[in-house]
Amino acid sequence: MLQEMIFAGFGGQGVLSMGTLLAYAAMKEGKDVSWMPSYGPEMRGGTANCIVNISDQPISSPIVSAYDVAVVFNQPSLKKFEQKVKKGGILIWESTTIKEPPSRKDIRIYPIPAIEKASQDLKNVKVMNMLMLGVLLKINAIVKKESVLQALKDTLPERHHHLIPLNKEAIDLGMSLAD
Amino acid sequence: MAEVKLMKGNEALAEAAIRAGMQAYFGYPITPQSEVIEYLAAQEPKHDYVLIQAESELAAVNMLYGSGGAGARVMTTTSSPGFSLMQEGVSYMACAEIPCVMVNVVRGGPGLGTVQPSQGDYFQAVKGGGHGDYHVIVLGPNSVQEMVDHIYLAFELADKYRAPTLILADGAIGQMMEKVILPAPIKYEPDKPWATTGKTPDRERNILTSLYIQSEDMEQRNLKLQAKYKVILKNEIRYEEYEIEDAEYIIVAYGLCSRIAKNVVNRARDEGLKLGLFRPISLWPYPWDRIGEIADADRVKFFISVEMNAGQMVEDVKLAVCGKKPVFFFGRLGGIVPTPEETYEAIKEKIG
Repeated sequence: MLQEMIFAGFGGQGVLSMGTLLAYAAMKEGKDVSWMPSYGPEMRGGTANCIVNISDQPISSPIVSAYDVAVVFNQPSLKKFEQKVKKGGILIWESTTIKEPPSRKDIRIYPIPAIEKASQDLKNVKVMNMLMLGVLLKINAIVKKESVLQALKDTLPERHHHLIPLNKEAIDLGMSLAD
Repeated sequence: MAEVKLMKGNEALAEAAIRAGMQAYFGYPITPQSEVIEYLAAQEPKHDYVLIQAESELAAVNMLYGSGGAGARVMTTTSSPGFSLMQEGVSYMACAEIPCVMVNVVRGGPGLGTVQPSQGDYFQAVKGGGHGDYHVIVLGPNSVQEMVDHIYLAFELADKYRAPTLILADGAIGQMMEKVILPAPIKYEPDKPWATTGKTPDRERNILTSLYIQSEDMEQRNLKLQAKYKVILKNEIRYEEYEIEDAEYIIVAYGLCSRIAKNVVNRARDEGLKLGLFRPISLWPYPWDRIGEIADADRVKFFISVEMNAGQMVEDVKLAVCGKKPVFFFGRLGGIVPTPEETYEAIKEKIG
């Protein structure tokens, strides 16, 4: 099965690394993956996104214009990508900062206060991307949680490994919020 | 030992160059391929190669000329405006028969343009961006894996034919990450008796030059180059065919566009439309003859070239088809990547 996904938000919110981790975890599970970032004029504080495709079959186009899953962290991204979610697809949006909610009725919509939960419950707003990943994994088990944890170990430099438990906590919290 | 990794195209090609025995790299950073020099600079302490961030692309290409002439396995990478600056050196190296690998990770032009992916440099790459009668061998990768495989191949071809060899990628192939299998490193041992490594008593001086003041000498040099190009044309044509056997409509696309085209072919086949994809892998030499053979088949109704430019490779498709069937074009410009949807729509419109 092919899953076409987009992760979008402000630069610095961790959307690219979230996509990378998911792609890496899927690759380790033997799937074909592609990760295509927006690049160029984007900068810190501007919007950034990446398209991640995961499939049991070889992936043809790494760039697609309709998505099975969109995870958005800011208003401009919601505006840009809400209409590009396929009918019946999943839209997860950050509800602490996004003031105008999505309006579509033909997709599955999940408002998640990731920024509030990460800063209050986990005392670290930076892991909100992992919290959102947890939400996604609960709704749509694209890869196993263990694969993501292994991906963290494999891709994070050793000096950051002490942060893995916090990231795991964030994933778990996200999974519980999706219920 | 082969390794499986998730890598960006630019990083994968840098790692592949190290593994393929690259001995020197010269370049000047430019988006969307600056990760190459960044990666090579980070890895440099662990390896033996020379890495110089030149003061400009013009300097870089001449460093390539010098070190390639001394027999080393050498590479430069750049993006469109940078490659334009290098053209003088490319022409000189073609004439002096210097083996080297060049990579152009193409961005939107003309001019300083945009940093987004494009195929606007096709003419420059395959028709000769510099002056004089010459060709460089041109490969068009369409995946991160091919960024790796083509580096190995490009070094081999460059050495085999003593010819500058170009990898024509684009910003998307350079920036995206995919699963990649990295081949085992090879120990490169140059065998280049022609190289300018210092005269020894047992032979004449080796001279590498592109200056032949006497017209007769210049003609001889040209004839030698043309004879070599003939051999390359015979031996080094590469392409991929996808769902071609019964195809009535044929997309011709290279690089990123061939990936989008494959997606379109799959959609069309699901709807019972007999669409196929012909993907040139070597862009020079171009697979003109094979496309011509396909055009001979009665079932084939038309060809459509899909490109990220205003219609460049379509001229080679027309040459190959030679009037036997209609040849159409669909493309987007200025760094916009055509979506599978709009590409499919354009094809359906032609089918009518």
